[in-house]
Amino acid sequence: MLKPTARMSLRAGVASVAVASLAACGTASSGSDTEAATEIGDAEGTVSILAWPGYVEDGSNDPTVDWVSDFEEATSCEVVSKTYGTSDEAYQLMQSGGYDVVAASGDLTLRLIAADLVSAVNTDLLENYEGIFDFLKDKEWNSVDGVSYGVPHGYGANLLMYNTEVVDPAPTSWDVVFDSASDYAGAVTAYDSPIYIADAAVYLMTHEPDLGITNPYALDEDQFAAAVDLLKLQKESVGEYWSDYLKEIQAFESGDSVVGTTWQVIQNSISTGNTEVVLPEEGATGWSDTWMIASEAESPNCAYMWLDYIASPEANATATAYFGEAPSSEAACDFRDDCEAYHAGDEEYASQIWYWTTPVAECVDGREDVECVDYAEWTKAWQEIKG
Amino acid sequence: MTTHRASAFLAPRRRLQVAGLLTAPVAWLGLVYVVALAALLITAFWTVDGLTGQVQIQWTTDNVVEVFTEALYRTVTLRTLGIAAAVTVIDVLIAIPVAFFMAKVAGPRARHLLVIAVLAPLWASYLVKVYAWRALLSADGLIGWAGAPFGLDTPGYGITGVILTLSYLWLPYVIMPIYAGFDRVPDRLLEASADLGARGGITLMAVVLPMIRPAIIAGSIFAFCLSLGDYITVGIVGGTTQMLGNLVYTNVGAANNLPLAAAISLIPIGIIFVYLAAVRRTGALRSL
Repeated sequence: MLKPTARMSLRAGVASVAVASLAACGTASSGSDTEAATEIGDAEGTVSILAWPGYVEDGSNDPTVDWVSDFEEATSCEVVSKTYGTSDEAYQLMQSGGYDVVAASGDLTLRLIAADLVSAVNTDLLENYEGIFDFLKDKEWNSVDGVSYGVPHGYGANLLMYNTEVVDPAPTSWDVVFDSASDYAGAVTAYDSPIYIADAAVYLMTHEPDLGITNPYALDEDQFAAAVDLLKLQKESVGEYWSDYLKEIQAFESGDSVVGTTWQVIQNSISTGNTEVVLPEEGATGWSDTWMIASEAESPNCAYMWLDYIASPEANATATAYFGEAPSSEAACDFRDDCEAYHAGDEEYASQIWYWTTPVAECVDGREDVECVDYAEWTKAWQEIKG
Repeated sequence: MTTHRASAFLAPRRRLQVAGLLTAPVAWLGLVYVVALAALLITAFWTVDGLTGQVQIQWTTDNVVEVFTEALYRTVTLRTLGIAAAVTVIDVLIAIPVAFFMAKVAGPRARHLLVIAVLAPLWASYLVKVYAWRALLSADGLIGWAGAPFGLDTPGYGITGVILTLSYLWLPYVIMPIYAGFDRVPDRLLEASADLGARGGITLMAVVLPMIRPAIIAGSIFAFCLSLGDYITVGIVGGTTQMLGNLVYTNVGAANNLPLAAAISLIPIGIIFVYLAAVRRTGALRSL
């Protein structure tokens, strides 16, 4: 229990930085010249994988945590893996080449596609792709113009956590951390990353419909200014921002924070039992990771085999459980006993999640008459919000 | 044989001896400090490619202009300066009586024990100490519990918490030079002052303080400079507070904008240079 959570923290903290770190992603160019494979040939013998810590475990970190050896035995593809700390690091490593497979978060995927560093994936070749939840397939962070660029791995939502002894009545809306935040002044907490601006935008979608926000990652200047103003107002009531999940666990256990953004795994780790999490009625932001294949892969066959293997119910269940997130495979829950906590497969639940996507100048909601605020501006604004 | 020949060769050549001794450390100092600082200065005038996040060698003054004109950086600089100044004052005020007691009142045995007591916290990890303060300052922490009977509450996480924690962290660095300063004040001067009719207060103000002033300034350099660059403490006990170090950290880590981070880091470097230049004139650097 301790180990997965510790790893989760590492990766999650890092993910936040990573999402945050994409200074500006270019426009995803369609018509990439990297063609998807048409068949899986013989195994090349090795496959080189670049992934978040905790995604490719062969037992060398913890003898009981191993889902790589089975793959190696079944396919005779020897796995060589490397972990990365931020999406920027991953991007640079992918540029330097030498990797066949990469596990990328929503903020990295479009950049890899735009730079032709990954190729389209012929999902027909993957037996287990069918078992992946439909609501995770062909999304704006893992496909371009209907062409799939990878296999979804795991996902989760940024939920609202509250202290049941202090926050009464039980909140159903993000209202408690925005317009009514002053009720809990000094004990409100928020996620410390520019991507958190999207949380304010999700709230504004419901509460300020006149702004016309249709996607929290596609904000024009006015919409962006409204979100920033909301966060500046919120800041007056914020006790502290968190990016280290252990800090948030401690703050909720001690009562320093009583309401704010959280992850399911944090709720699972809190021992005092006086906290609840809720997916508020406005919806929430969240993350979804994708397995992709490098366009210059030296072992494309082994790469396809890995994508197929990691999407298989058992491997997917083991890897996502170890990490602390919902699996992408429908049948994975047969191999996990904590699926309910992560709302795995709950499509209605998942449809309320706005998965992290990099804000770019070319609005991701398809608007062409305005220019959206890009990530570099989000980062700057976040510093100004914190003041 | 070879060793003998080498020493025979070097014996009459003093300059060569000195050169041999100093080349490595001076080169190290030059590379690590001077060249690194120069590189930082230059990086501040470069730019970042928006798509790839790579640093591009394309000269621009945008970063520096932004840092010196935007309100955010002004606010954060003033806040950081205020915190560093408060920490310095608090540490000096605590350190003077402690150091005086150690140097002039305590017996040799007690003095050694006190020196060990002052230095002992330096053996503990910085993070452990800051997280201990996080627990102390917490809503259900020791400070709130101890203050409750007197109607006091914990200051919680924020600027006050940062000042308290940093004051604690840097106190040994301030006590030690001041202790050394007091140690250098001959006891007979105090006796002479008393013989001439000066009371304790006057002796302290007119005789002792002028003599230990360089030591106080030396101690203040530690507290001030260390506070100016800190960003971890403020992240743990600072609540929503940002200091200059946090802005640098965000731009390196999250924003991946190294040139802007370099430009921001010029602010504390500039402040420290001004501070050291002012201190140099007092002669305090000699007593470090």
